[in-house]
Amino acid sequence: MTELTKLGVAAIRDGVASGAFTAVEVATAFNSNVAKAKALNAFIVETPEKAIEAAQAVDADRAAGKPLGKMAGVPIGMKDLFCTQGVQTTAASHILEGFVPTYESTVSAKLWKAGAGMLGKLNMDQFAMGSSNETSYFGNVISPWRRNDGSNAALAPGGSSGGSSSAIAARLCPAATGTDTGGSIRQPAAFVGISGIKPTYGRCSRWGVVAFASSLDQAGPMARDVRDCAIMLEAMAGFDPKDSTSLDLPVPTWEAGLNRDLKGKRIGIPKEYRLDGIDEDIAKMWDNGIAWLKDAGAEIVDISLPHTQYALPAYYIIAPAEASSNLARYDGVRFGLRDLPEGAGLQDMYAATRAAGFGEEVRRRIMIGTYVLSAGFYDAYYTQAQKVRALIARDFENAWASCDLILAPTAPSAAFGLGEKNADPLSMYLNDVFAVPASLAGLPAMSVPGGLSKDGLPLGLQIIGKALDEQAVLNAGLAIEQRSGFTAEAGEWW
Amino acid sequence: MRGLRLNSVQDLRRKPESGGKMSEYRIQGNTGAWEVVIGLEVHAQITSESKLFSGSSTGFGAEPNSHVSLVDAAMPGMLPVPNRECLRQAVRTGMAINAQINRWSRFDRKNYFYADLPQGYQISQLYHPIVGEGEIEVTLNEKDPDSPTKKIGIERIHVEQDAGKLMHDQHPTMSFVDLNRSGVALMEIVSRPDISSPQEAGAYLKKLRSILRYVGSCDGNMEQGSMRADVNVSVRKPGGELGTRTETKNVNSIRFMMQAIEYEAQRQVDLIENGGAVVQETRLFDPNKMETRSMRSKEDAHDYRYFPDPDLLPVELDDAFLEECRASLPELPDAKRARYEAMGLTAYNAAVLTAEAETAFWFEDLLAQGVDAKQGSNWLMSELFGALNKMGKTLDESPVNPKQAAELLGLVADGTISGSIAKQVFEIMLETGQAASAIVEEKGLKQTNDTGAIESEIAKIMAANEDKVAEYRSGKDKLFGFFVGQTMKAMQGKANPQIINDLLKKALG
Repeated sequence: MTELTKLGVAAIRDGVASGAFTAVEVATAFNSNVAKAKALNAFIVETPEKAIEAAQAVDADRAAGKPLGKMAGVPIGMKDLFCTQGVQTTAASHILEGFVPTYESTVSAKLWKAGAGMLGKLNMDQFAMGSSNETSYFGNVISPWRRNDGSNAALAPGGSSGGSSSAIAARLCPAATGTDTGGSIRQPAAFVGISGIKPTYGRCSRWGVVAFASSLDQAGPMARDVRDCAIMLEAMAGFDPKDSTSLDLPVPTWEAGLNRDLKGKRIGIPKEYRLDGIDEDIAKMWDNGIAWLKDAGAEIVDISLPHTQYALPAYYIIAPAEASSNLARYDGVRFGLRDLPEGAGLQDMYAATRAAGFGEEVRRRIMIGTYVLSAGFYDAYYTQAQKVRALIARDFENAWASCDLILAPTAPSAAFGLGEKNADPLSMYLNDVFAVPASLAGLPAMSVPGGLSKDGLPLGLQIIGKALDEQAVLNAGLAIEQRSGFTAEAGEWW
Repeated sequence: MRGLRLNSVQDLRRKPESGGKMSEYRIQGNTGAWEVVIGLEVHAQITSESKLFSGSSTGFGAEPNSHVSLVDAAMPGMLPVPNRECLRQAVRTGMAINAQINRWSRFDRKNYFYADLPQGYQISQLYHPIVGEGEIEVTLNEKDPDSPTKKIGIERIHVEQDAGKLMHDQHPTMSFVDLNRSGVALMEIVSRPDISSPQEAGAYLKKLRSILRYVGSCDGNMEQGSMRADVNVSVRKPGGELGTRTETKNVNSIRFMMQAIEYEAQRQVDLIENGGAVVQETRLFDPNKMETRSMRSKEDAHDYRYFPDPDLLPVELDDAFLEECRASLPELPDAKRARYEAMGLTAYNAAVLTAEAETAFWFEDLLAQGVDAKQGSNWLMSELFGALNKMGKTLDESPVNPKQAAELLGLVADGTISGSIAKQVFEIMLETGQAASAIVEEKGLKQTNDTGAIESEIAKIMAANEDKVAEYRSGKDKLFGFFVGQTMKAMQGKANPQIINDLLKKALG
């Protein structure tokens, strides 16, 4: 049975369809892995019965000769940011602890309809705010990876989709949903040696996804390889009339369109991403990536994205501004935590509930967001940041005149140890420096494994594409995947 | 960034000339006369089946929290989707006040915490409202054609969500929240501070309500809260610098609004003349005590942290949409009044019949039945209004509908019954709801043209009144009326008056 958990999305789908094994066998195997991996703290809620139920339905459909969905028989992990009907949804916060939605997010509903089953709700940074999964109310997620120095230090799985990355790397699930506001799919994927794609803003519905920063939030798949990401993204994407910002476009057949031949493609290498003092391992991996893409037939061109240095500051104004407003609904009035001290009035209840219900990082960002929107500061911060955002988008537009894709590192370093960076928010925020520009521009971007660091930890290569051109991003990802020879796995210690 | 420019079109219709002058309103203080400066922000609930950003019903008077969707309750992950009908109604309203319609507008979030505001922000339009500058012409007494007129500028109309309602009387220690109104679409219609007396404010609100009802974008029902006004008042020495204003919130009747202005202006004058200063603040009007009182001062004012709602795309209106809005507009009060006058109605009748949408629509229905405009307007103004007045009913509650009335008036017009018989028939119609023709048939009220019968009655009357016949023939013309009356009485009112006249003249010589 252990063999089944070595399989990815495509292999499981094909094996279930061909009758090589049943969906229930697959679900049972992954349920068992989930149950054994408490030490990773990847799940907030485990739902083995949901996984079995969905698998039984797929097996029954197959027996009845009915057509099977894109994800038929594939059990997955669901980031706890997605509202799931009848299953607690907390965004890893105390304020939503015990909240059980009566509704199902559009993305998760699409996955269930495609035949996927739910293994459980994955831990994450609280309200998706964090880059190391250390802000969860339900405790840190531990990466299955360890450095090769024998230190056994617990490492960060990245964030905010750290439960997703850790669970996939530890083979607790073949794939999982992630959400990416400023790198939350790509950076954790890079930290654990898996793939993840943030599609063009508007591809996946935000309906039923607990909002962090509405103009940036975008769901996407995280999986073991590029093909698995393509399959799962097809199941997740699509127009949703319930989300005004959702794109009313047909969903491409990305899996069928996969093509590792990059002849005729021009790959841009942005000089601004080659920071002073860039990590040696990262620089080497990037050079390898360039060589692999050249080998795949692509032409390499140097490009400039001149406003890159302003992306991170702009992001840390826009995202908190939106968050400060989006999180106002957690007020203790209608659902979730309510802290009503003896004799307290309405304002006291708000203060007590929100102080107790939000973690430190969430409170910090609400404060930042409230500040940058307040009278007298709005123009200096929010308006300026929006202008920067427009300039960042224009940088990419200009770059597309000379290239079709951009190759860069996903993160400035390999995974760091838990507790190493959480004392200094700024050094934590710097983790997103390469991820944030594509988020601000709403562009599709993917992380694929690019090699190992000297410490034996995975590193990620990021491919950024033109709006709506996920296919080109996936194809370049595939070309890298087939040349990098990345087969390293975390040894099972949990 | 795409489309950030404000692309607006000027309304194509006539632009009225600048305003005339109405009566001067002054408060006489110890230091002389004071002028009052008033601006109104009217919140009008948009007539629509469902809320501004959700599919919930907007019905009034339902069980608490029975018209609440996941979006209205601001559950996690819920998103607003604009209701196009609400935007359409706002655009039509803008067109009806000759306002600039902004082809590109946007929704902003107004952030504040309150228990009746589930999202923690109200979705509104601060920076780019859907409707820009317009104006409304008002007359102090709309029923008096000679009353002076004035143009009140409209700064903007924007669309926003209503909040829910707190209920403090349900439990000894707790307050309850009813979210039925949460998310209902409102238009905020903001006037320029062009209003200078309580009477003008009243006339403005009446005219605005009439226009909204004509357009069908708001039912104007102030008792149910479909329309309410925030009243900005300041005072100054005539022609002087503008004074500090106060804002009296949520006034829900025209009478209360006029009282609130009167009280507030007087309060400000007294305050200043006694060495005090007006504080910029929000006030409430208490209709029982007929006074305003402070709700919160500027220092306590919220910082609403407005910013563009990232859940929503900008609203872009295309030509076809605007054309449809324009084509769907009804004839508006001023145009209708002019047309009625051209049809031969008196200025007074035309004014009264067009002041309220209900009256105008009723009259239009009557005309549509083929009734002569003058006959119809006279009948409506005297007979129907008189009867409704006596019964204490509104036109909407009239027991006689335009079709039934048209039948009655048709019987008069074609000579089947006389005017006086028509009054009797109408009374029976009001009581029984029977059709006019059925009543005439049943009671035998048809007018007779039987000259033989009339001649025979005339002969009898002349025989019985030989003295009066002699007096008439010797020149006392006034007695002619006596003979008409006697003859009509003898004919039980059913004789054709013209025939009586002709036959009498012949007989009396």
